[in-house]
Amino acid sequence: MIIDQLSIFLNNAVGRVTEVTTTLGKAGVNLKAFTLSESSDFGILRLITDDNQKAAQVLRDNHFAVNLTKVVYFELGDTPGALSECVQKVSDAGISIEYMYAFSTGNAASVVVRTEDIERCNALIEV
Amino acid sequence: MFFNPEIETMDRAQLRELQSERLVKIVKYTYDNVEFYRKRMDEAGVKPGDIKSIDDISKLPFMQKKDLRDYYPYGTFAAPLKDIVRFHASSGTTGKPIVAGYTRNDLANWAEGVARCLTAYGATKEDILQVSYGYGLFTGGLGAHDGGQLLGATVLPMSSGNTAKQIMLMKDLGSTGLCCTPSYALFLAESIAEDPNTDIDKDLKLKFGAFGAEPWTENMRKELETKLHIKAYDIYGLTEVSGPGVGGECEYQDGTHLWEDMFFPEIIDPVTLQPVEPGQQGELVFTTLLKEGMPVIRYRTRDLTHLIYEKCRCGRTMVRMGRILGRSDDMMIIRGVNVFPSTIESCILEIPEFNGQYFVTVDRVRNVDTFDIDVELRPEYYTDNMEKMLALKARLTMRLVSVLGIKPVIHIVEPNTIARSQGKAKHVLDKRSLDK
Repeated sequence: MIIDQLSIFLNNAVGRVTEVTTTLGKAGVNLKAFTLSESSDFGILRLITDDNQKAAQVLRDNHFAVNLTKVVYFELGDTPGALSECVQKVSDAGISIEYMYAFSTGNAASVVVRTEDIERCNALIEV
Repeated sequence: MFFNPEIETMDRAQLRELQSERLVKIVKYTYDNVEFYRKRMDEAGVKPGDIKSIDDISKLPFMQKKDLRDYYPYGTFAAPLKDIVRFHASSGTTGKPIVAGYTRNDLANWAEGVARCLTAYGATKEDILQVSYGYGLFTGGLGAHDGGQLLGATVLPMSSGNTAKQIMLMKDLGSTGLCCTPSYALFLAESIAEDPNTDIDKDLKLKFGAFGAEPWTENMRKELETKLHIKAYDIYGLTEVSGPGVGGECEYQDGTHLWEDMFFPEIIDPVTLQPVEPGQQGELVFTTLLKEGMPVIRYRTRDLTHLIYEKCRCGRTMVRMGRILGRSDDMMIIRGVNVFPSTIESCILEIPEFNGQYFVTVDRVRNVDTFDIDVELRPEYYTDNMEKMLALKARLTMRLVSVLGIKPVIHIVEPNTIARSQGKAKHVLDKRSLDK
């Protein structure tokens, strides 16, 4: 399914990630997934919470540069080759993946993927 | 319309003759009457007889603000005190102010400079001029006042402050022109907008504003014109040279005409002190061709700008000055290249993704200058795309390389990262100078 993801622009400075998590914690927002990419002098923190609209507002109020991005979220059985099968469908359709992150807990794995054509990507995966 | 058509539209060859004649006179006058000029010219090995035309001006030594301070209060006066009829003084934030003395002729010429500006803005004797520059030692108030009166306009000498009364009299008396600093004009505009009893179109008759005494931008002009429903014009001047009215814009708002029959402008390279090619950017230098009380010869203003010699569409032949881009005091030499913060700033402002806040750090690591610039991202332009962010960084880097000729390292930072200062913005940290 297509869900919202928060994307936050961060300086490469000690403690900056903590400031985000503290701000959200104080606002009572619960984090579901979380990934950090960095270039030499800034970072992009991507996260999914139980209330993305509220989280975005709280972060903006605290002067963070925040963007809400649509991403495709799906679950898989935690078995060898399961992810490959999904990703193959997307690449066969000529859709390139900008980034993705995944984690598995117990018998299931959760995957978040950002591509150019989100609607089509979602349709392909949900088949 | 011209206040002094003969001078303002004079053929440039003829103007040069007039300037030559006046330069020869002022050089002899200052040499004969002021020890400071005599000493400086003797040191430079120049005699008044060496100056035969305006082309010889480059033989003369420069002077600067420090000289006026060192010779405070009367050391650079050329006329005896019995002929001085008024004093003015610069604000002098550090130490002693710069004191200027004016003879009766000086005041008359100054008023003419202002009257030429007012006429160029479209003002006539029918206009009511609200002068909201401060009256007193500051040249703004009395300068605009005298110029307005010379034109024959009706002057309303408000001075600055007391905004409620400013608006009341603006309404009741029907002021058509406003003279003040652009920042006070903005404040007035906001106060008018908040005043429920004043409708800008129904209650006010303002047509134009003469704004100066501090640098302002094209964006500020747009804001003032939109908020006050007027045409906003630049008026330029400085106490050391005279006061407001050294030059002003015309109806085309395409550069500030300098009254170069009285105030001769040059542009020099602030490092080599050599004149630049016509039209090139550099430091503005003035020689007063008619001043009697306190003349200046090749006075370095530290203002960075360029001059436009082409005839203006308004018909004036008088040279035009571009916007003031900054101060030459702020110049850095990085890897042997002259870099002005104002140049960096204008490149950053070209890219809408940045909010214009920036901070330059220069250092020397293993004998090589490092050059880093932090720029703040505008939050609404943030996208969740690393490639786009890196492309944005590359775009600014390439723009600066092409303008400056050296490559800075750009760091895109979050909004509100760069420390804001209350007064004059601080944009540069040169760590090389800290080690000395």
